[in-house]
Amino acid sequence: MPELMQFLLSGITVGAVYALIALGFTIIYNASDVVNFAQGEFVMLGGMITVFTYAAGLPLPLAAIVAIVLTAGVGVLLNKLAIEPARGAPVVSLIIITIGASIFIRGVAQVVFDKQLHRFPAFSGDAPIAVLGATILPQSLWVIAGAMAVFVGLYLFFTRTLLGRAVLATANNRMAAQLVGINTKYVMTLSFALSAAIGALGGVLVTPITLVSYDVGIGLALKGFAAAMLGGMGNPKGALVGGILLGIIEALTAGYISSQYKDAAAFVVIIAVLFAMPNGLFAKGSTDRV
Amino acid sequence: MSLLEVQGLGIVFGGTRAVHNVSFSVKPGEIASVIGPNGAGKTTLFNLISGIYIPKSGRVRLNGEDVTGMEPHLLARRGLSRTFQNLQIFQAMTVLENVITGHHLEERGPIWSDLLSLPGSRRRSESARASARQLLERVGLGEVAHREAGSLSYGALKRLEIARALAVNPKILLLDEPAAGCNAVETREIDQLIAQVAAEGIAVLLVEHDMKMVMHISNYIVVLDHGEKISEGDPATVSRDPNVIEAYLGADVKDLPDADR
Amino acid sequence: MTRHTKLVTLLVLAALIAVAPLFFPSAFYYRVGSLVFVNGLAVVGMVILIGYAGQISLGHAGFVGIGAYTCALGPLYLGIHPSIAAVLGAILSAVMAWLVGRPILKLKGYYLGVATLGFGVLVSMVLSKEGAITGGPDGIAVPDLGLRGLLKDAGLNLTNAEFWYAFAGLALLLGAWIALNIYNSPTGRALRALHGSEVAARTVGIDVPRLKLQAFVISAVYASAAGSLLALQNKFITPDAAGFMHSIEMVTMAVLGGAGSVLGAVFGAAILTILPQVLTVFQEYEYILLGLVMMLVMIFLPEGILPSIGRRLRGKSE
Repeated sequence: MPELMQFLLSGITVGAVYALIALGFTIIYNASDVVNFAQGEFVMLGGMITVFTYAAGLPLPLAAIVAIVLTAGVGVLLNKLAIEPARGAPVVSLIIITIGASIFIRGVAQVVFDKQLHRFPAFSGDAPIAVLGATILPQSLWVIAGAMAVFVGLYLFFTRTLLGRAVLATANNRMAAQLVGINTKYVMTLSFALSAAIGALGGVLVTPITLVSYDVGIGLALKGFAAAMLGGMGNPKGALVGGILLGIIEALTAGYISSQYKDAAAFVVIIAVLFAMPNGLFAKGSTDRV
Repeated sequence: MSLLEVQGLGIVFGGTRAVHNVSFSVKPGEIASVIGPNGAGKTTLFNLISGIYIPKSGRVRLNGEDVTGMEPHLLARRGLSRTFQNLQIFQAMTVLENVITGHHLEERGPIWSDLLSLPGSRRRSESARASARQLLERVGLGEVAHREAGSLSYGALKRLEIARALAVNPKILLLDEPAAGCNAVETREIDQLIAQVAAEGIAVLLVEHDMKMVMHISNYIVVLDHGEKISEGDPATVSRDPNVIEAYLGADVKDLPDADR
Repeated sequence: MTRHTKLVTLLVLAALIAVAPLFFPSAFYYRVGSLVFVNGLAVVGMVILIGYAGQISLGHAGFVGIGAYTCALGPLYLGIHPSIAAVLGAILSAVMAWLVGRPILKLKGYYLGVATLGFGVLVSMVLSKEGAITGGPDGIAVPDLGLRGLLKDAGLNLTNAEFWYAFAGLALLLGAWIALNIYNSPTGRALRALHGSEVAARTVGIDVPRLKLQAFVISAVYASAAGSLLALQNKFITPDAAGFMHSIEMVTMAVLGGAGSVLGAVFGAAILTILPQVLTVFQEYEYILLGLVMMLVMIFLPEGILPSIGRRLRGKSE
């Protein structure tokens, strides 16, 4: 039993990160119908930039903020330079563009930083806390709390603020949104910035536990994508549930089946979801008009 | 014996009964038209008959065989083909290739034969190509056979779709607004084409808004409104039916069915 | 494309293959050439799937891995000759493609892409983790094909690099010939039709799921053959051959040159194979350059390089 608890706790921790990545996918997908395979690189950048600015002497909180802001900037550039020029392109093209962007960002990180694994100190120490017969790192609590804060904050943003509702409107019907005077270009920029910032925050929170290197991006992107699909692509609630669920499935796989194939869990999940419930757990049904 | 028999056909989309309890039949060589105000469910009816949607209720019989909800490619084998309201042309292929592809059932063979370009494969292609060329001449597109299909005008593309549908060698042809967007000359040509096709024994089921053409060419008319059949019969009967006139009230006067025009 | 174009394409390819060695500054270029042909073979298969049938696969390197590893493991565990192993690999790939394709091809767009991606990653994971059988992430040796030795006995003395250049070149020509045959055949038209409009294709009698599966299986066999050639020519193979990056490279090569054509495929394969070789000096910048190429070509030349050049040469006369 304590074993199960341990798996659950580590599953929820890593699941919270997947949830943040899935949320990033969801925001961009809703804004532009594009699946951004470079999403994982935002997480990587969040971690790596924090590492290096902290090493350069900045206090940790400031380093983290710098990382998040800079990564948001990368997200905006990605949209301006790679996605916007290719509006309306076929899916194959968009896939290659975003994967190309992911590879490009990884290449730049490799040159600007290095190929090593890095970390920075946990926010409130490394002393494990006892919970229900298992232990959890304080940093894990930061990760979970951080993810929760982001989800709650975004929920409030989308439902209570005018700007947030404008984003939702654009996601729902771009043309109609333009017609009522919403600056859809600005909304797109905001969506990418937000999505990148969320990813970066995830990177900042989780690096003390999992460490970071220049090439963690693609694996994280794929898992985030699996989580988004599990919850229903385009559904923020689904991103949260999908992420946590995927994290738990992965941890249980590692614990009870084989730690070798823990990474395979995400792909098995993707394939299972695609066949059993292609619209995910929460998506609304839709009918095609021919 | 009727070629196509539709009984109590119905489907529901998100709470709306798009088509409800529609029944009628079409005989070989007959030209039947389905008319009705916009949104009456005409194209949905077509999609139900041609296997694009699976009906919630009712039956479709082709030559006595129950083909309700059957896949379109199996319906094609049984002699049903159609055109589309929002053109579904193979844009990247040439005009000729579009029609050759219509001959798929005739020209297909073992895949090995195609992979190795065996004589059998080439013979089948040639034969289909010759038939396709004839069909193109017939619809007046012989000149543009080698142009990329996407470069043709709208009216020409409508004729191309008809040629492709004829290539399937159908016993019944479903035409979804074949004259839409066509000028008077093009409409007359399509009118003549349809009459020729019917004269060869092929049944034609038509959805059209051009009342002049519908009244002139149809043996039989079915009127839909809000997904239900509100009238049927020959053109004279239908044009005098008060239910039909009421359904069209509010629409332009020139859209009212009038057999005397 | 007419029968004309088929002949011209094959002649151009054959001419390039035959004439290129005259320009080689050193024997090293035979190696680059044969690598281009092997990649080209895999990519011609992708053209059938992506260009003709309009489907996506982000996991086709999985089949490359299957074709490669059967050549290593077949002789080792089953005692069969590498050539038989290669045929076995192709059969195995075809069967896997058939099994996996049937459910997967019901999906479209991103979903199809990710499902195929999942397949490819799972294959490369198994190859990497079952080290006891496969040699693990560090790879495994592959025995000699023996054909060069036979030719030597018959009097034709070729170096290893020369032999593989010619052999891979012939394989590419064969693959190109088959792909060109398909294009103008009933099967090819059916594939191109379902690419253009699935619903219209169904209404003219095309069994769309069956055709998609055929394209998937055929392209899997191409990938497997390429994998076998790769393994046999290097006499070594690692699980990277089945990896996600390799799958992405295959798709990029296909789309780079112009997804619809065989020549485009070979062109794309040539560029993405030669570039890293030429830029080994810039090993550090490999990812940056690859990523840039991918983005820039897809943004500015979305049809691929060859069709865009062709369009520019022809001017606006269409």
